[in-house]
Amino acid sequence: MTTAGAEAPKIAVKDIFREAGLTALVSLSLLIPVVGFRIANRGGDQFLETRWPEVAIAVALIFFGRMFLILIRNGRLAMPITGGVVIAAIGWLAPIPSEFLRVVAISAGLVIVARAGFVVFTAQQKAATGRGFADGYRKALPWLAAALIVFALVLPFLPFSGRRLIDIAILVLTYVMLGWGLNIVVGLAGLLDLGYVAFYAVGAYSYALLATYFDFSFWICLPLAGLFAGFFGIILGFPVLRLRGDYLAIVTLGFGEMVRVILLNWVSLTKGPDGISGVSRPSFFGLEFKRYPPEGTESFHQFFGLEYSSLHRVIFLYYLILILALATNFFTRRIRTLPTGRAWEALREDEIACRSLGINPRNTKLSAFAIGAMFGGFAGSFFATRQGFISPESFTFLESAIILAIVVLGGMGSQMGVILAAVVLIGIPEYVRDLQEYRMLAFGAGMVLIMSWRPRGLLSHRDPTILLHSSRAKSS
Amino acid sequence: MTRDQPLLTVKHLTMRFGGLVAIDDLSFTAQTGEITAIIGPNGAGKTTVFNCLTGFYKPTVGRLTMMRDGTPWLLEQLEDYRISREAGVARTFQNIRIFPQMSVLENLIVAQHVSLMKASGNSVLALFGIGGYRKAERKAVDLARYWLDRVDLTDRADEDAGSLSYGAQRRLEIARAMCTRPSLLCLDEPAAGLNPRESGDLNELLRFVRDEHKIGLLLIEHDMGVVMEISDHIVVLDYGRKIADGLPDQVKNDPAVIRAYLGEDDLAEIGGGN
Repeated sequence: MTTAGAEAPKIAVKDIFREAGLTALVSLSLLIPVVGFRIANRGGDQFLETRWPEVAIAVALIFFGRMFLILIRNGRLAMPITGGVVIAAIGWLAPIPSEFLRVVAISAGLVIVARAGFVVFTAQQKAATGRGFADGYRKALPWLAAALIVFALVLPFLPFSGRRLIDIAILVLTYVMLGWGLNIVVGLAGLLDLGYVAFYAVGAYSYALLATYFDFSFWICLPLAGLFAGFFGIILGFPVLRLRGDYLAIVTLGFGEMVRVILLNWVSLTKGPDGISGVSRPSFFGLEFKRYPPEGTESFHQFFGLEYSSLHRVIFLYYLILILALATNFFTRRIRTLPTGRAWEALREDEIACRSLGINPRNTKLSAFAIGAMFGGFAGSFFATRQGFISPESFTFLESAIILAIVVLGGMGSQMGVILAAVVLIGIPEYVRDLQEYRMLAFGAGMVLIMSWRPRGLLSHRDPTILLHSSRAKSS
Repeated sequence: MTRDQPLLTVKHLTMRFGGLVAIDDLSFTAQTGEITAIIGPNGAGKTTVFNCLTGFYKPTVGRLTMMRDGTPWLLEQLEDYRISREAGVARTFQNIRIFPQMSVLENLIVAQHVSLMKASGNSVLALFGIGGYRKAERKAVDLARYWLDRVDLTDRADEDAGSLSYGAQRRLEIARAMCTRPSLLCLDEPAAGLNPRESGDLNELLRFVRDEHKIGLLLIEHDMGVVMEISDHIVVLDYGRKIADGLPDQVKNDPAVIRAYLGEDDLAEIGGGN
């Protein structure tokens, strides 16, 4: 593949048409059986329906999309941009047989425009500073981080935010925290962990069991749950110390499933598939969020003289997970500048070199597992207290896969990338739940697109933890 | 340290992989303030000797004694990561093993992991800002800067190590090994792939390390120019056995060495030509 050079290379119109035509032909042969025919059920009888307009539109989209992408690749931007706008406009205005096709057409047009726009943007960046997009991003990062934190702090009080938005924000933040926790293991220490959900589960169950059996409050259970999960991290760590890469992934996958199966079958302790319900809710320094608090106690709204609103607890939970997530982030950024964090990164790069430098690989790996697991445990106990009900169903392999996807798609080791990926993978699908059955399809397509477009993740840039030549504050 | 107690004493080192004898009853010594070269044809077992010394292999038979500050360390009994830590043996690798995605400076800071770990209370105290970690880190940067100046990489300290040229990566690897403050530095083919100018600079660097830092150097090298120029002492291996041991001039004229490098028949040919 050639990139857009300084002078646009000559490219024959014939070649463009041939490549676009070929792509269209391949997709046509796939689309005829997949989209073209459909078995419809009408009054108990089955008919074979044909959907030729859909096939035609899809093939046309693929033909033009391919053509525009070739043009963008060769540095011709005007035609793809206008073409993209036209496609989006046609999708918007023209009578198109199905809503789904309309959405596809509009987004295809917009993607082409965005792709061309991105090329223009990076070229300008390069021309202006002599460097690429990464450098501009690096400079803007501290401001971006500060702006994001401020935005997160005021979010519950913004005019457009409501119960649904805050709920989604809590969900996204939970995954951001899990992503940041797993990032320690996968992004920093380079240990591919496919069973991270096990620690999430250990944290959730520790909290739920301690709270129900011993009546401990949330604030006592939270550190205990983290400790238990960290302990499990070490237990998992020992047998896998010698493993790397694929082998490690398989063993951790097995461990994740083991924890879930134990939770499912140890009925006397965990109530098995029924799960644990009535997990106690967190209190605000002893003030509970109840309309009618038990005799002799005051509840949150009474203490502050507010009208009772069920939103109070949601907002409190939102801030709770925000603080937990920020603590994870803060810890990660700090540990990166300490010997342990640097040893993790060195271990990711080359274990043999690490040994030759006197770094103890066993302790280094175990500490990464334990600390990553601990944050997973914190997130788990938050999950338990938010839901009030937990069962093994919440801790399937899919969860591990999603958390790992967030880390990988965000860019290994990148904190900002995790936020972006969590919003893209969790927030947006949750927000547009109306698309229902297409949700997982879009989820998968998004992953494929991100990986083919930016194979090292959305924001894969890494800042050194220490600089020789300038005293500029470091951030990640 | 006297001549009676060499820095490194290798006695009866034997390494078998199944039926294959990679090293057969090898004994030699290396002294502080000397460059000892191990040479030999391909497959003679040179890198295996290194791997035994640095703990990556456990020798089948043999005793490897390293003297550090008057204390003997038996290398064959130490775990690999403790060999650098306790016995002060640092090494470089035949195929370079730097940390490519970390900056040049970070590579050198990681090399000082052991002392920084101590200063930071195993990172735990430093996490809460307790203790003298910042000071220790500044000292570590000073040591790193010293070696960066020596290997001429100061200007590139903040770049990714992976973006350096091949020759620069070799120099970085040596600087990184020196940042562990070793007593013995083992270099596995440091001149491989270097151009003549870089190779000359390397000789300078190795002499500097020997003379200024008073440590022992152990060198595997194919480039005879480098070996003859800088070695104080040469050990020649062939099929895992030592066939010569002595000063460069002695070794150069040793018939057994010439035979090993040129082969019996070729030697006969040369002899016939005379």
